[in-house]
Amino acid sequence: MKKFRHDRDIQLMIGNLLRAGVVLAFFIVLAGAVIYLFRHGNELPEYHVFQRGLNNFHTFSAIWEGLLAGHGRAIIQFGIVVLILTPISRIAFSVIGFLLEKDYLYAGITLAVLAIIISSLIAGMGA
Amino acid sequence: MRPVTIRINLKNKVKASGEETILIMTILVFTLVILLGSLLAGFLGSLTGLGGGFVIIPLLTLVFGIDIRYAIGASLVAVIATSSGAASSYVKEGITNMRLGMFLEIATTLGAVAGAFLAVYTSTHIIAILFGFILIFSAILSLRRKDETALTPSASMLAQRLKLNSSYPTPQGVIDYSVTNVPGGFLIMLGAGILSGLLGLGAGVLKVLAMDNVMRVPFKVSTTTSNFMIGVTAAASAGIYLYRGYIDPGLCMPVVLGVLAGAFLGSKVLARANSHSLRTVFAFIILVIALEMLYNGFTKKI
Repeated sequence: MKKFRHDRDIQLMIGNLLRAGVVLAFFIVLAGAVIYLFRHGNELPEYHVFQRGLNNFHTFSAIWEGLLAGHGRAIIQFGIVVLILTPISRIAFSVIGFLLEKDYLYAGITLAVLAIIISSLIAGMGA
Repeated sequence: MRPVTIRINLKNKVKASGEETILIMTILVFTLVILLGSLLAGFLGSLTGLGGGFVIIPLLTLVFGIDIRYAIGASLVAVIATSSGAASSYVKEGITNMRLGMFLEIATTLGAVAGAFLAVYTSTHIIAILFGFILIFSAILSLRRKDETALTPSASMLAQRLKLNSSYPTPQGVIDYSVTNVPGGFLIMLGAGILSGLLGLGAGVLKVLAMDNVMRVPFKVSTTTSNFMIGVTAAASAGIYLYRGYIDPGLCMPVVLGVLAGAFLGSKVLARANSHSLRTVFAFIILVIALEMLYNGFTKKI
């Protein structure tokens, strides 16, 4: 049952990768949360009306600048980006896993999914 | 420290009739309440394969009167957190059918991209009505669900060539199963992807339906494989929502923390849970939320 062993290996790799991404995102968001709540915990939440303001950190460069400035909200947003990248990196690692297992059909299928997602992310950020 | 009060109207849009309930809440208190709601969302979402969005969107829009675009952004983040948080356990335990998930992800991601672009041309109350109908649909579906022991010993050529037939662990030992009607399942997944892109949630309902009823996959495999897939579908449209400013860090922070903790708990419970009774309870919960959503959608309160 050599094949099963390989599938088991992929399962463990994917499982550990997801766990790592999720734990990393959790602690980054937690760090940002402490700063954000310490500074703004007593202010007013304003979410009744949607506004795409400057403070929203909706581009990578804005998040990066906010990170360097030590803004709690930027750190949180960075953690959210890590969280978003977790399932995407899961797909990238699956491609490698299926290639190692010489399952070229599924390496191809997974590569197609990866291509769709990356093009969607790029199109979304540039839109 | 300045004296701070925030008015969060529990009945935000009924000012004209005069019966307005006002709750005074700071960001700190608000964060704690969202954290608790998100804990529940992650727990139920990971147990049912539906993602946390079903709890997050009604909580934010109906209880707090938050703009649905912020709610959709938070829901999207909740779905990714539920999926990744719980999948790490489900995949390791071998309940998730990874090949089935990967294959169907082609359909869901293509659909999600299409849906996210369509969302710009759709007004929010229509989204709310759509959401309500999805919930009613899923409630009826959950109540009608048959017992999961009967498995079809089919010989689908396509399933064999795609290596979709597999096995999964149960309390009674490892059980083999096969997959039927691959094209039908694939088409429904395309629809599920469009809905998720449109609404900002995983549309796990359609995914579980397609696998459980059309492809005849065991229920726990259906829910955990749906859970595995919804994160990828949501991530496909996350870039677009992030750029549009739907994903607000202050709002998403308690959602991420709560949902991840809840999903972790849910994944511990699933292996031992009696999914039939849980399914029934959940069907009634989402039926109630569905009616509230439809009411708000049709009266254009959202």
